[in-house]
Amino acid sequence: MELLWLAVSTIAIGVFGCVAWFWGSNWLLDRIYPAKGENAGDNIRRAGQIRPWLFLGPAILFLGMYLVYPVFDSLWRSLFNSDGSQFVGVDNYVWLVGDDKFRESMLNNMLWLLVVPALSTLFGLLAAQLTDRIKWGNIGKSLIFMPMAISFVGAGVIWKFIYEYRASGETQIGLLNWIVTQFGGEPQIWLTLPGWNNFFLMMVLVWIQTGFAMVILSAALRGIPEETIEAAVLDGASPLQVFFKIKVPQIMGTIAVVWTTITIVVLKVFDIVFVMTNGQWGTQVLANLMYDWMFRGTPDYGRGSAIAIVLMILVTPIMVWNIWNARKEAR
Amino acid sequence: MEGMAGQKSSLAWAVNLAAFLLVLLWTIPTLGLFVSSFRDRDQIATSGWWQSFSGSVQTGFVRSGTTDDQIQRDGLYVIEGSALEGTQELVSWGTNARAPDANAPGDTVEIDPGVNLTVAEDGSYLMTSAQPFEMRRGERIFTTTKSPPSFTTDNYARVMTAGGLGRAFMNTMTVTIPATVIPILIAAFAAYALAWMQFPGRAVLTACVVGLLVVPLQVALIPLLRLHNDLGIGKGYLGIWLAHTGFGLPLAVYLLRNYMVGLPREVIESARVDGATEFQIFRRIILPLSFPALASFAIFQFLWVWNDLLVATVFLGNTREQLVMTGLLRELMGSRGGEWEILATSAFISIAVPLVVFFAMQKYLVRGLLAGSVKGG
Repeated sequence: MELLWLAVSTIAIGVFGCVAWFWGSNWLLDRIYPAKGENAGDNIRRAGQIRPWLFLGPAILFLGMYLVYPVFDSLWRSLFNSDGSQFVGVDNYVWLVGDDKFRESMLNNMLWLLVVPALSTLFGLLAAQLTDRIKWGNIGKSLIFMPMAISFVGAGVIWKFIYEYRASGETQIGLLNWIVTQFGGEPQIWLTLPGWNNFFLMMVLVWIQTGFAMVILSAALRGIPEETIEAAVLDGASPLQVFFKIKVPQIMGTIAVVWTTITIVVLKVFDIVFVMTNGQWGTQVLANLMYDWMFRGTPDYGRGSAIAIVLMILVTPIMVWNIWNARKEAR
Repeated sequence: MEGMAGQKSSLAWAVNLAAFLLVLLWTIPTLGLFVSSFRDRDQIATSGWWQSFSGSVQTGFVRSGTTDDQIQRDGLYVIEGSALEGTQELVSWGTNARAPDANAPGDTVEIDPGVNLTVAEDGSYLMTSAQPFEMRRGERIFTTTKSPPSFTTDNYARVMTAGGLGRAFMNTMTVTIPATVIPILIAAFAAYALAWMQFPGRAVLTACVVGLLVVPLQVALIPLLRLHNDLGIGKGYLGIWLAHTGFGLPLAVYLLRNYMVGLPREVIESARVDGATEFQIFRRIILPLSFPALASFAIFQFLWVWNDLLVATVFLGNTREQLVMTGLLRELMGSRGGEWEILATSAFISIAVPLVVFFAMQKYLVRGLLAGSVKGG
């Protein structure tokens, strides 16, 4: 009950504070530069110069403090030792290059980067194409889209019921092992299978992201001009040809957007690995490795920051590409 | 022509079937959790959830009575009893561990010279011998039994009343609601300025927002933790609200700006001509017209904050009083992996709220996704 009050009063204070800031600062501005009297023209111009910054102020403050400053602070910290007391130059990065766990994480991250966006986009495209052509398509779409609302941790629990292992001969309570044994195979401890276990973790993310890809690609598919498809059909193109040669090339831009968006999600993937294997059995990824260095045992902020910077460097190309696209579109 | 029609309908069939399979594949995992949350611990541990509708099959063995239990009847020595308990139904039985399901109910088997064993369908067994029995330990009877399907809501009653889930639920609520409301307000003003006000640096700022969209929040963890400590905020609700506000802002500003740019210019211009101040325009015209975009972002932020584990772990701490639901689930998975029924039920409760929001507001979610992504192509 106390908590509820705390939450309610925070919302009240937060909302009130925001409104007070925006309303109050505007009011003050209008007082200082009133839009009437002898200097009305000058005043309006000056107020017009200042007002945008009043509107933008809190946002800039938050963005600066919570996103821009940390990037530089991390960069700076990554040049120091574990508790930040001694400058060590690029030692942390040198250590990273030689560290087995880091190499494993990089390799796994690359694997994730290849597999998850590709499969999610592929399944998303397939789901979009299929559900657009059937009567119960909207229900189907909802159901495929649904995992999007489920937390990675929740998904971890859900998939635990699929990957669970019982010794051969016992009743399998994990769906996957049950199916395998039904076909006469040996049950496997999926999450410890070297190499393969990564793919079983990736499936969880593919399961979550496919709905996202489907929704966006479906809208793009519906936006394709009918004439192009009709012309192709009249020329005797088969449905598959229409799909791959007419439709897909026209939505290439959207596919790229979906791909990069999922890529960003993949780079940051943490929760799934954290709760399902915690990076053991060769499934470590960068985000979880960083968490390990930050919070397990004695924290090493230098190395943790260095790993964070590596993550930052990996997303930078996409960041540049996004900005470039946005500018092109604005023109 | 007929051939064409036939081809078409078979294609339609194939499409329907393929779509059905895909939907099934995507639904089954969640369904499994849902069904499991209504089964008791023994059921979960002994059979898959997909078998719960047909009743669960169990194997086990009982020992028959011993020499002490024998009675004499019709010139034979007899030991009687029941190999079943409760509402179980006998599927098969046997007397050898290597073939525990060798015999059907009602069969009579000669287990030793002159000794016969019958297990009837109702589970009662009858061991007869011409000679007196001389066994100190009972004969093992292996049974394969089937229990009728049964579901229970006990798990829900249990986790609601104990186990810290209620507390975690409240904590999650406390984190989520302010962390959803506050960024919307801040972003709406900023988005309006970026969309409709003229000032130097507007293009650069907009580009910055697009760039900040992809900054991995891992980068922010260590510096912000330090910053919060230095500012005296420490680990607590205030810190996590501020953090979520900061992390959510780029998307909020980006979505809202994109939407506001598309609002009709004439409405805003004519209001300006009529002498409305920017503040009035924002409050009376922009905010109401932008409702769909505000709703889209609100859903995103709500789902993101509710489902978040990393930010909560770092900025809120892991004590029982501060644990959010994702944190609690993680703890359950780690420490009590064996308590499947608690895990399944807690997980389902934690995903139920986002699922309700998802299904109720799907329209806005889709709209927001499209506004955020398709334009980029």
